[in-house]
Amino acid sequence: MIEVVTVILFGMLAVTAIAAIRLHDLFAVVMMFSIYSLLAAAVFVAMDAVDVAFTEAAVGVGISTVLMLATIGLVGRHEKRPTHRPGLPLAVVTLTGMVLVYGTLDMPRFGDPLAPIHQHVAPHYLQDSPVEIGIPNVVTGVLASYRGYDTLGELTVIFTAGIGVLALLGIRRRKRDES
Amino acid sequence: MLTLILLVLLVSMALALLRAVKGPTVYDRILAANAFSTKTVLLITALGFLVGEAEYYIDIALMYTLVGFIATVAVLKVSEFGNLGQSGAVRSTPAEQSHK
Repeated sequence: MIEVVTVILFGMLAVTAIAAIRLHDLFAVVMMFSIYSLLAAAVFVAMDAVDVAFTEAAVGVGISTVLMLATIGLVGRHEKRPTHRPGLPLAVVTLTGMVLVYGTLDMPRFGDPLAPIHQHVAPHYLQDSPVEIGIPNVVTGVLASYRGYDTLGELTVIFTAGIGVLALLGIRRRKRDES
Repeated sequence: MLTLILLVLLVSMALALLRAVKGPTVYDRILAANAFSTKTVLLITALGFLVGEAEYYIDIALMYTLVGFIATVAVLKVSEFGNLGQSGAVRSTPAEQSHK
């Protein structure tokens, strides 16, 4: 039953994506993106990835729609005519996609319990992390302790990006205007 | 019964999607996206009962309702005033201007 739902949702996802490409009114494209993100979240829920669906709800449905609408307020609502022909980019994308699909042929089957990713450190994390770290949630334990330096690096990158955006937006200039 | 509910929800999602793809004016698409967000919330709840962990799924559905409300407010503000930063004194409607 849930597989049928997932397949139907994927079909609607494809329809939404193609419609978003073919539309030329950017406001309508933003509406299609919001539908796309809702559908993607429903797919995540149907595939039992509830935490990813939470992230998609916060980022995809809410913030990115608002950000794209703010951009439309600045740049106007109509797409410019493309200055180049789509033939060469389409060929490059198709070729890259074929190479990527060819690359997956060597990988272990989906959900294979003997795959290296399920044999390497995952059993150790699952069995010992409550004792070693003392956090009942394994995912939190892995993120905050075993991969703590990774998480610190990610946070540094995001913090730097935030500072960059603030510098571009120019908070100092606005303060001078007010005074 | 649950199968019937899921079927009806999927059909109405497909109809809303059809309206969003075909919709001649931008207001059709806004309404379609809004209806679609409601249908997604209902679908997530129904999936929760199908899986048997309704309490987690209902939390997600509630969060979607709240976030979808923010997005709807932003969409309506842009379609009314033309951008998000305006206070609302000037009424220039890009949604109307653009319809040729």
